[in-house]
Amino acid sequence: MLDMTTKDIKERSGITINPCKTCEPVGAMFCALGVHKCMPHSHGSQGCSSYHRTVLTRHFKEPAIATSSSFTEGASVFGGRSNLNTAVKNIFDMYDPDIIAVHTTCLSETIGDDVGSYILDMEIPEGKYVIHASTPSYEGSHIQGFSNMMMGFINYLSKQTGTKTGITALFPGWVNPGDCRELKAIAKAMEVPVTMFPDFDNTMDSPMTGHFEYYGAGGTPIPEIGRLGDASSVIALGKFASGESFDLMQKKFHISGASLPMPVGIALTDRYIMALRKISKKEVPSGLEAERGRLVDLLMDATSYTYKKTVAIFGDPDIVYSLTSLCLEMGMIPRYVVTGTPKSEFETLTRELIDSYNLEETCEVKADTDLFWLHQKIKNDEVDLLLGSSYGKYIAKAEDIPFVRAGFPVLDRYGATIQSVCGYKGGVYLAEKIIDALLSRYDRDVADEDFECVL
Amino acid sequence: MTAMLRMRISSAFFNGTHLRLLTCLSLAVVLLPPYLLFGGNSARTRSTERERGHRMTERTSILTERIQSIQVCTGTGKGVSCEKESVSGSVSQRACVYCGARVVLNPITDAYHIVHGPIGCASYTWDIRGSLSSGSELYRNSFSTDLREKDIIFGGEKKLWAAIQELMVKETPTPKLIFVYATCIVGVIGDDVTAVCKKAEDTYEIRVIPVFSPGFSGTKSTGYKIACDALTRLMLPYREQPKQFGVNILGDYNLAGEMWIIRNYLRRIGVPVIATITGDARFETLIQAPSATLNIVQCAGSSTYLANRMEAEFGVPYIKVSFFGVEDTTASICRIADALGISAIRTKAEEFVREETERVIPILRKYRPRLEGKRAAIFVGGGFKAISLMRQFRELGIQTVVVGTQTGKKDEYEILAQLADPETVILDDANPAELEQFMIEKKADILVGGVKERPLAYKLGIAFCDHNHERKHALGGFDGIENFVKEINLSINNPVWRYLDKE
Repeated sequence: MLDMTTKDIKERSGITINPCKTCEPVGAMFCALGVHKCMPHSHGSQGCSSYHRTVLTRHFKEPAIATSSSFTEGASVFGGRSNLNTAVKNIFDMYDPDIIAVHTTCLSETIGDDVGSYILDMEIPEGKYVIHASTPSYEGSHIQGFSNMMMGFINYLSKQTGTKTGITALFPGWVNPGDCRELKAIAKAMEVPVTMFPDFDNTMDSPMTGHFEYYGAGGTPIPEIGRLGDASSVIALGKFASGESFDLMQKKFHISGASLPMPVGIALTDRYIMALRKISKKEVPSGLEAERGRLVDLLMDATSYTYKKTVAIFGDPDIVYSLTSLCLEMGMIPRYVVTGTPKSEFETLTRELIDSYNLEETCEVKADTDLFWLHQKIKNDEVDLLLGSSYGKYIAKAEDIPFVRAGFPVLDRYGATIQSVCGYKGGVYLAEKIIDALLSRYDRDVADEDFECVL
Repeated sequence: MTAMLRMRISSAFFNGTHLRLLTCLSLAVVLLPPYLLFGGNSARTRSTERERGHRMTERTSILTERIQSIQVCTGTGKGVSCEKESVSGSVSQRACVYCGARVVLNPITDAYHIVHGPIGCASYTWDIRGSLSSGSELYRNSFSTDLREKDIIFGGEKKLWAAIQELMVKETPTPKLIFVYATCIVGVIGDDVTAVCKKAEDTYEIRVIPVFSPGFSGTKSTGYKIACDALTRLMLPYREQPKQFGVNILGDYNLAGEMWIIRNYLRRIGVPVIATITGDARFETLIQAPSATLNIVQCAGSSTYLANRMEAEFGVPYIKVSFFGVEDTTASICRIADALGISAIRTKAEEFVREETERVIPILRKYRPRLEGKRAAIFVGGGFKAISLMRQFRELGIQTVVVGTQTGKKDEYEILAQLADPETVILDDANPAELEQFMIEKKADILVGGVKERPLAYKLGIAFCDHNHERKHALGGFDGIENFVKEINLSINNPVWRYLDKE
């Protein structure tokens, strides 16, 4: 497996091998699936929509429903206006969503389709909405696409009346449904009423009922997105997925709040809870304090098995940053921290985080790179653990490294999307997986005479 | 009320025809526009449904443009309209031209598959199908030029050339064969991919084959054709070679090792295999393909075109085969023997088929009582596979109530119609709404399909068998029959269904 990976690392300018990112439109599609009764629509070739749906289905093990403009040769020469008009009509007729969220593709962007003006000229049924976001596949990554679609919703739908709702806008970023539930539960425990946007709870993990619903019971309701302009404050989690929407809320509606990393582990969850506390001015309930205590306790108990263990972390910038924080809290050395998303800010922020721990060991942080590079690095200097999406399994197998799956996409395991990695509970879940992976490896490799029942 | 209304309307609509009542009802749902079905009460019906918390069973989920692509098999219809582009706004289960080309060429194990375009097209097709390799694992990596905005503005040729250079100079093993896939955008920005490939061929003395597969330039079938053209282009320089006795296997992608099973069968009846196209294929064997005596075509949808081209270019005749189910596997092996015209092979083939049938019949017999009387829905890529599956279900006493394909051909739909029962629904390029509607209406117990259909089936409480890229057990040949029946049984008789409160 991956025999071709050489130790010798050379600068590459043309070829990307084994990417650690995908394109913008899938992020837009995913974001739109977190809005109640929303149909994501891909304005491009048939394959785009099909691929995005496939990868989302493979990750969530749920139907990911979306439509396509189904571009033909004609459309790519004369423009996709008529395709979009037909599509919108057909979608409302047949799938009856409350809103259609159109995103563009490399094709429709390059031929110069002005989707915004098409929508203005369109006949939209009473009480229904069509919005759009520009998501050219040749810019950024799927994380940028997610961010662009969030801003698309806010720009089209959110209004400011001047009467504050007393509600906090909570942007969870690119997370799993389980994370959404945990983040809302923490906000509730802190007595902060929130509108979570987007919200994947009960959309991408619908319970089994024997019925298939196009639109899950969950998802942020459109009226609530409409009222975001009157929100009292905003908490944006995940700098790269939610940061721009946070800025937009400040700029457009003058709503302030906190833009924080995804709350994974102790310190980052603390920051989330402190931000909530600043809003509610309430004490942290004893339940949450106990959860925190248990996580600290667990990390202490297992320290001797995690301390100074080296780890390579890869995936999307927000989750990678936060996983790095948790690993540092566990006493581990984040030897390589990698994202494919082309954002140099990722390097600055992660570097700062690592530096704050004053490690003696060197750690390499790199954005806009691929898994081939990471594999080459690991070939030169091995790590004890690999932490990231399913695409790490090739490296894990080739180099025989314990591997914990986290982030997007996880295509080869079940159940993780229902769980949370956020909050103290999520910290316990992740820490347990990491400790288990390390100890399973220890048990596998240890000599018979050293093999023990108690560890 | 609504049901009665529907019946009345449908009777009026089909006045004078001899369609049976049930067929009328389904056709009414299919053919009538919503306002006729719901009268003026459409909105009210819907909101009451919603208040009751029920799904909208009365929802009309068929677009008018799609009606021609659906047939309730009465034997009197005009046949299914197929081989068309998908309707804009439909949740089609189809992919694109690039996808078609990629799935056909991807299993060539020792080739570099460079996707020239923005990163997505490479990301989504990284190790997409379980095509197994007995040699190189190169094809399981993902290579892309990862085009950025400046490349879109100034052109991507330089980057493509750099990409090839970097693979040639800096990485091992040095490739003998590179495919360069031109995706949507490359066609639009006007990169001269052919020129870059030519330059690479000249510089490095290897084969660098452009695959022009912009997603918008047709359907997935178009992509198959483009891939077949690329393969022909690869073989053309090797046309002048002495003929040798043996066959090429076309259109088997070695999913879960199925090609190896077939290859082994052929070995047992004394037929050498020269090239496998493209499951477990490698450059050295592919270029010997023109020397074969016969082509056997397994996935007709993707490879008939190649078989025709090889017949025209190299004089290799072909026969279509299918190795799904006892009936088709037996017939196929005998037909290969006949086509080769050697009586010793025919004798061996008969003997082999008899032995294997005797081996699997008890297995089918064991499971049949658990499956008999169940109702199946089929939604697969090509028509030929759908035909085989229908036969296979018949062997198990399972009735096929819904059958559809993404890219079936006219003649295949005709065969499907002949095999079908009077009430079977036949669909071309179905979308989830239609699949859902017909699976519920026809009370399907199991769906056979691909990744996008799996969660749909499960959500409906319907069993599922993956007969596409994600199958983990070989489903082809006599060996596959056992796996297939076990998978069907496992899913239909899954203990978890008892916890599902199905009405």
